[in-house]
Amino acid sequence: MLGVFSFGIDLGWALLMIPLLPLLGFLVLGLFGRKQIKQSSGIFATSLVLVSAFLSFHTAYGYFFKYGKLEGVYQKIIPIQFTWLQFSPGVSIDMGILLDPISVMMLVVVTLISLMVHIYSLAYLKGEERFPTYYSFLGLFTFSMLGLVVASNIFQMYIFWELVGVSSFLLIGYYYDRPSAVAACKKAFIVTRFADLGFLIGILILSFYAGTLDFNTLILKLTTTSTPEFLSATAASFMGISALTWALVLVFIGGAGKSALFPLHVWLPDAMEGPTPVSALIHAATMVVAGVFLVARLFPVFSMSAPALELVAFVGIISALFAALIACTQTDIKRVLAYSTMSQIGFMMFALGVSGSGGENGLGFTAAMFHLFTHALFKALLFLGAGAVIHFIHSNEMKDMGGLRKYLPITHITFLIACLAISGVPPFAGFFSKEEILLAAYQHNATIYWIALITSGLTAFYMFRLYFSIFWNKESLAHESAHGEGGFAMMLPLVLLSVGAAAAGFIPFGDFVSSDGKPLESVFHWQFSIAPIALGLAGIFTAMWLYKKQNNRSDTIAHSLSGLYKLAFHKFYVDELYLFITKKIIFNLVGRPAAWFDKNVVNGLVNATGNSTLFISEKIKGFQSGKVQQYAIYFLAGVIGLAILFIYVWK
Amino acid sequence: MMEPGLYHVLIISTALFFIGVFGFLTRRNLITMLMSIELVLNSVNINFIAFNKYAWPNKLDGLFFSIFVIAIAAAEAAVAIAIIINLYRSHQSIDVENAADLKF
Amino acid sequence: MNLTLLILLPLLTAVAILLMRNDAQVKWTALMGASAQFVLAFCLLFAFRKERALGNIAQMLFEFHYQWFPSWHISFHLGVDGISVAMILLTAFVVIAGVLVSWNVTKMTKEFYFLLILLSLGAYGFFMSLDLFVLFFFLEIAVIPKYLLIGIWGSGKKEYAANKLALMLMGGSALVLVGLLGVYFGAPNHNFDLMLLSSMHIPIAIQKICFPLLFVGFGVFTALFPFHTWVPDGHSSAPTAGSMFLAGISMKLGGYGCLRVATYILPDGAKEYANLVIVLSTIAILYGAFATMMQKDLKYINAYSSVSHCGFVLLGIGMLTKTAMVGAVMQMVSHGLMTALFFAVIGMIYERTHTRQVNEMGGLIKVMPFITTVLFIVGLCSLGLPGLSGFVAEMTIFMGSWQNADLFHRVATIAACMSIVVTAVYILRAIGQTAMGPIKEGHLSVGDARWNEKLAAIILIAGIVAIGIAPYWLNELVTPAADIIMHKIATK
Repeated sequence: MLGVFSFGIDLGWALLMIPLLPLLGFLVLGLFGRKQIKQSSGIFATSLVLVSAFLSFHTAYGYFFKYGKLEGVYQKIIPIQFTWLQFSPGVSIDMGILLDPISVMMLVVVTLISLMVHIYSLAYLKGEERFPTYYSFLGLFTFSMLGLVVASNIFQMYIFWELVGVSSFLLIGYYYDRPSAVAACKKAFIVTRFADLGFLIGILILSFYAGTLDFNTLILKLTTTSTPEFLSATAASFMGISALTWALVLVFIGGAGKSALFPLHVWLPDAMEGPTPVSALIHAATMVVAGVFLVARLFPVFSMSAPALELVAFVGIISALFAALIACTQTDIKRVLAYSTMSQIGFMMFALGVSGSGGENGLGFTAAMFHLFTHALFKALLFLGAGAVIHFIHSNEMKDMGGLRKYLPITHITFLIACLAISGVPPFAGFFSKEEILLAAYQHNATIYWIALITSGLTAFYMFRLYFSIFWNKESLAHESAHGEGGFAMMLPLVLLSVGAAAAGFIPFGDFVSSDGKPLESVFHWQFSIAPIALGLAGIFTAMWLYKKQNNRSDTIAHSLSGLYKLAFHKFYVDELYLFITKKIIFNLVGRPAAWFDKNVVNGLVNATGNSTLFISEKIKGFQSGKVQQYAIYFLAGVIGLAILFIYVWK
Repeated sequence: MMEPGLYHVLIISTALFFIGVFGFLTRRNLITMLMSIELVLNSVNINFIAFNKYAWPNKLDGLFFSIFVIAIAAAEAAVAIAIIINLYRSHQSIDVENAADLKF
Repeated sequence: MNLTLLILLPLLTAVAILLMRNDAQVKWTALMGASAQFVLAFCLLFAFRKERALGNIAQMLFEFHYQWFPSWHISFHLGVDGISVAMILLTAFVVIAGVLVSWNVTKMTKEFYFLLILLSLGAYGFFMSLDLFVLFFFLEIAVIPKYLLIGIWGSGKKEYAANKLALMLMGGSALVLVGLLGVYFGAPNHNFDLMLLSSMHIPIAIQKICFPLLFVGFGVFTALFPFHTWVPDGHSSAPTAGSMFLAGISMKLGGYGCLRVATYILPDGAKEYANLVIVLSTIAILYGAFATMMQKDLKYINAYSSVSHCGFVLLGIGMLTKTAMVGAVMQMVSHGLMTALFFAVIGMIYERTHTRQVNEMGGLIKVMPFITTVLFIVGLCSLGLPGLSGFVAEMTIFMGSWQNADLFHRVATIAACMSIVVTAVYILRAIGQTAMGPIKEGHLSVGDARWNEKLAAIILIAGIVAIGIAPYWLNELVTPAADIIMHKIATK
């Protein structure tokens, strides 16, 4: 395949530089950031990511418009690959770069959002003591995420997957002296790690049946129904479920952990303990979509197993609804955004779940990727906007806010754009992608469609609840004494992203990204859009009625729905359930007995051996009195005994 | 008057041997214990000489052995008395019960 | 390259240390000796790779043969294959780091360094010997100094720990000796030569008796469940360098012995008992991990986690596939470097805060950025972060284990995989409590690492990262050797 395309030497190098430049930033800042280049560390890291982003755009332009297509179909190109670790013939971890529409799209998304966050943080974290450390972690994160999206080998993806996990751990724990941040970063790491266990075992099963770890070969072998690999993977079964389905379900668990889907979502809201730009980068725009990306990457294989896809769809829709309900009740603005992220990821997931492979059936796939793209833009914008608000107010709580539109005009406008986009109001970006998702759901599964419709209405409601609570509501609060909006470095990303959030919907996404590489003609039915838009507007007006002016209507409603409200406010007690399982069951019923067993039984046996030896020797040491005369008696007795034996017994 | 034979001599040497052993086992004084060992050794000497005389009168092996034993007894006595003197110097006593420092 | 150099060099260093007059001279002599070992180990690596590149496919390279007791067929027979080279490199790394971190030992410095170097001598000899008697000889040399290291320079219940460790390891060696004699007398012509024995067919009855003796005997060294209890006490009472040597080198003697002696010359025995080995090692992996979760003392945490990690070594051996075996060797090297580094860091922290209880520390990032960075790196390596050595080794073992298609092996592998979650829990707890969170009052004025500590940490991190980033060189080194062992098991 390499021979068909001539990219010239520069493409290979340029591609390699995209992930390696942020890595360089990590290494340089990690090693020398504390002393040598403390002052310019932010600028240094930002310029590296800027180059990286430029190269990504260049690659995307080249791929989509110049060399990516062969006979009207986007190809999977692997310009760089080398064997990293050979396990057995055919099975090896290869490090490589795989270019196909989704990875190229992700390259653009990741570098773009990362660049925005880099620029934004220049102002947001100015004067922090660990400023260089922050930028080095951002570099590590960007590197890992880029490595993940271009992975040509499933194990390569797992490697970067773990690196993404650890960089998020480091970034969430950036304020290391706050106990809540420490708890949050541990929780994020452990929950995703638990999910990764599923991913790992899934990889093991897939590699065993496919006999390879390479994505292209693996997909080829497991999607062609006549190959021996496919036959053995579907024939082998455990507990009545085929090995293929097991593998995919396990891989999906990994994806669900990283993407914070129900019931592995518990880490995401807590992860808001990190600096706000980090939340924008990791927990909104890039890292959490890794799970979606994983399913999308293996989508051809997923489409061979209907039960696995069903699971994806239902976990997706449950997460979407569940998170939307919780988001309506939270008062910490970052938590609202976190749950809205979870809800949107749920949308992407079920879009994948309802999708088929190839042609018109692949609408869900395209829609999910499209929504991933637009969501990255407006969610990053929302978080960065929330960051600006928090920077101004020094609080995350809605009750401390209100009437901020006068003090933060740019933030206000951009935030409004983002809210309109996420609520699916035309012509903003979210409208188009959400329409496609709903259409895909409508064509496939009525239950999912109706839940999705309700959820999109809820989305509009809670987003505007947030918007009105921050920028309208109480007017009286005076913040005159506070500093301004945060300067050019903070405003530039907001403006750029709001342009994206407003306009990205007009990209003919189906032409570029589809399940089979061929352009997908998206059919646009205006009649179909009536219901979602109406629901969205209803949500917005309800929020306006409740929250635009200070009043007690919302409290009254909350009171009348007290049971449901309380349940949602306490996040349906999932956290408590986890705490119960880990603290009470794992620690008390497994950890403690293991430690006790070791201390008392295993160690006790060893000590008992020692002690019994001591005891016996204590008993017999009297023989060894050290008295010559006693020895002589024994000696004499022995001689006499032997003499008797020889003379009388043995003759 | 009966001519003393091998048996008589052996009875004397056996008596001497057990007197020596008894002394060695019961006495606490090192000098006495040394003397007891001398008794044991001399009873062996008597045996050698008696057997030589009565059993193989034409040979001298028994006599030679008894000379060896005497020589060794002398050497042993020299070493033992040296040890005893040293012990006396350090412990002001030559009682074996007191010399229990290396016990256990 | 002459392999006796690797034995002579520590010997000369040890003698030179005895002749030195003051502490400074002793330290510098030890450091120079350790550096020379380090250089020599790398020379060996390059010479080995060069030979292989030139097409020398003999199983053992640089063989050295000298008749020692001809009448008993004991000969001083040395030689190395890829596995030995890897282990020798590991030893060199740990020795130089151990010498560096002990820089401020003040009590009986001369004897301390003498014992350290003596231990390294035993380890090198063990990894190179191809004669079982010589192997045993070096094994004992490597055991005895540990008793003194813990008993004299230790802390806490040091006498108890030293006794326990020495007795359990001696018990292990006794089993090994019995097993070796069994092999010696059971083999068609009485012989101690490993290469000869491996080419002979030892009767199955003998194999069935001797394999457990040898495997358990060596297993005691590498914390085979339930013979692991010396590990927590021994490590926690030992001085820093002692713990490093213990976990970094001694535990690897056992793993190497299980592989090279027990499995290689008794393949039928290995097949017979493989399932038992898998069961015990899986228990060790999970049980060690869960027991770690409950520990509060940093050294206990690392000691129990060593039980868990060394379980992977035995699991890799028990799986009897080439990939898993390569993984086992990688895990030995990786764990050796990692755990040595971990103990070094614990030593550094203890020296400054005078406590090893995690709940008495907090927020140490603020006052000792270098040390906590190292703690993060080593912790992440322990929980298997890609880019560091632990990940590569564990994944290789998992991939190799999964090649066995039956349910029993699957369950064992999945159980072993689960430990990576538990590992994450205890490592993050330890790191979270020591390095992060609010700082404790008394620790505000403590300093960061000194030059010797930094150098030691950097050397070990270099090793960890070298394996983590570029595992292919280690893989290429070990795979042919594992291939031969597996081939023998497969054909017999």
